Amino acid sequence: MSYLLHTDDERRQMLAAIGVGKMSDLFTDIPMGIRSPALDIPGPLSETEIRNELNRLAALNSGSSCSIFLGAGSYNHFSPAALPYIVKRSEFYTAYTPYQPEISQGMLQAIFEYQTMMCELTGLDASNASMYDGATAMYEAAIMSMRATKMRMRVLIDEGVSPIYRRVLGSYAGNLDFDFVTVPHKNGRTDVEAIKAKLGPEIACVIVSNPNFFGIVQDFTALSEAVHAAGALLVMSVNPIAAAIVKSAATMGADIALGEGQPLGSPMFFGGPYIGFLTVKEAFVRTMPGRIISETVDRDGKRGFVMTLQTREQHIRREKATSNICSNQGLIALTASVFLSLMGKRGLVEMAQQNVAKAEYAKGVLTALKGVALKFHEPTFNEFVITLPDRAEGTLKRLAVENKIIGGLALGKYFTGMDRDVLVCVTEMNSKGAIDAYAAALGRLL
Amino acid sequence: MADRRYTKSHEWVSVDGDIAAFGISDHAQHELGDIVHVEAPDAGTAVQAGSPFGSVESVKAASDIYAPMSGEVVEVNDKLADAPELLNKDAHGEGWIVKVRISKPAELNQLLTEEQYQKLISE
Repeated sequence: MSYLLHTDDERRQMLAAIGVGKMSDLFTDIPMGIRSPALDIPGPLSETEIRNELNRLAALNSGSSCSIFLGAGSYNHFSPAALPYIVKRSEFYTAYTPYQPEISQGMLQAIFEYQTMMCELTGLDASNASMYDGATAMYEAAIMSMRATKMRMRVLIDEGVSPIYRRVLGSYAGNLDFDFVTVPHKNGRTDVEAIKAKLGPEIACVIVSNPNFFGIVQDFTALSEAVHAAGALLVMSVNPIAAAIVKSAATMGADIALGEGQPLGSPMFFGGPYIGFLTVKEAFVRTMPGRIISETVDRDGKRGFVMTLQTREQHIRREKATSNICSNQGLIALTASVFLSLMGKRGLVEMAQQNVAKAEYAKGVLTALKGVALKFHEPTFNEFVITLPDRAEGTLKRLAVENKIIGGLALGKYFTGMDRDVLVCVTEMNSKGAIDAYAAALGRLL
Repeated sequence: MADRRYTKSHEWVSVDGDIAAFGISDHAQHELGDIVHVEAPDAGTAVQAGSPFGSVESVKAASDIYAPMSGEVVEVNDKLADAPELLNKDAHGEGWIVKVRISKPAELNQLLTEEQYQKLISE
């Protein structure tokens, strides 16, 4: 389909038809002060000229040549070269859950496979077709818990849950009748005793993260028993790569497990598009938002796929819908399932183990520097916190500008009293040489 | 049991002493199609005439169901969890949803009789 702009002549005709002299007269209702200023834009260039100009501008970025030790919810992971060739096939590229679903059997099968893989990662019974991102999946898990507990209206969140996710939950809660109570961490770990003390008949669920924001891996089995004894649900945010080697959410007793699926084959981009996965125990399937794709047989007994559980969605239930989300991240879900298929079970486990091994190595060389200390002495996955002798922000900036090393996240912005602390992430993408170079550069700056 | 009475929103009630059974009408199940899930309140829940007390989900739609009378739920039809199709097979009998100890018996008089309801659905 061609895309044609209006010609000057057509514009003149349209303006004449409504009795307006010139285009700007259409905007007289808008006060001058808030109108766009005149833009100083250079004249047109040829395709080659503009390509050269954009390349020149792109080269000013140092992003792709930087050594990355920043995670905090978005992770720099390996993605097999075959992945984009499969995902970008035109049959898949506009991979939205279709409104006349059963005609798109291939798409439904892809989502079905995705759901199956997410359930294998968390150990839970059912997955939906995906959510926007980890934070929105967490919010949905919170309101699901309220529905499942017959409208208990309070949620306890461990401070070890990503502060960014907690802000998203706060944004939702601000306009609704329920509240979120943050339970401070204790030396980086979940304060199980403090949570137990706050459990009561008004608590819908307890939300924890494994690993938590500081990278610490914990066993929540004992917590889950206390939460269930109080009639509440245990909601766990998990890292899907770590899930390959960490005790599963289901084994620890989680009722709902969710997480950010970006590590499964998607680049960090600039924060999106990402994907939230959401898996539940079978008893809670009907409180779950979004769609589920199910396997069935057709009239001839042949395997086929159908969309189920969409009757609670907005286009049918209007304001009484389960959620305001009735879509999914089709393409990113496909990316996740293609990634997992290409990696295989053994590949994913090896990847996870490399993360642990390299992070442990980095922990050693960084904390061997004079003035650098490990903040929490706990088992971690691919992130850990180090304390620098001075405010972290300035040092991190110099590392980036002078050494092209993105050294991690300065935690002072998110946690009071942690101005000297840095959350460092090490994945299979960071070579031993790059880790040594980071330690050497940091040593020179201190 | 006494005669069934109906709401305009297609629920029925059948009162026996101070206990009333609630369900959805045969007409309603027919309109909804294959029912796949029934959501009902737990025993002990207070229900109020005219307010939603649960929902019925079919392959076509999910609909709220409204309490014909006020009171407290004393029994829930557990069979519906595994066999929601009972609503299709026997909406006025085995497909009852909850039993309620009614607090305002006079509310019954405001509900539609069999004859009035048949007239409503034939319109």
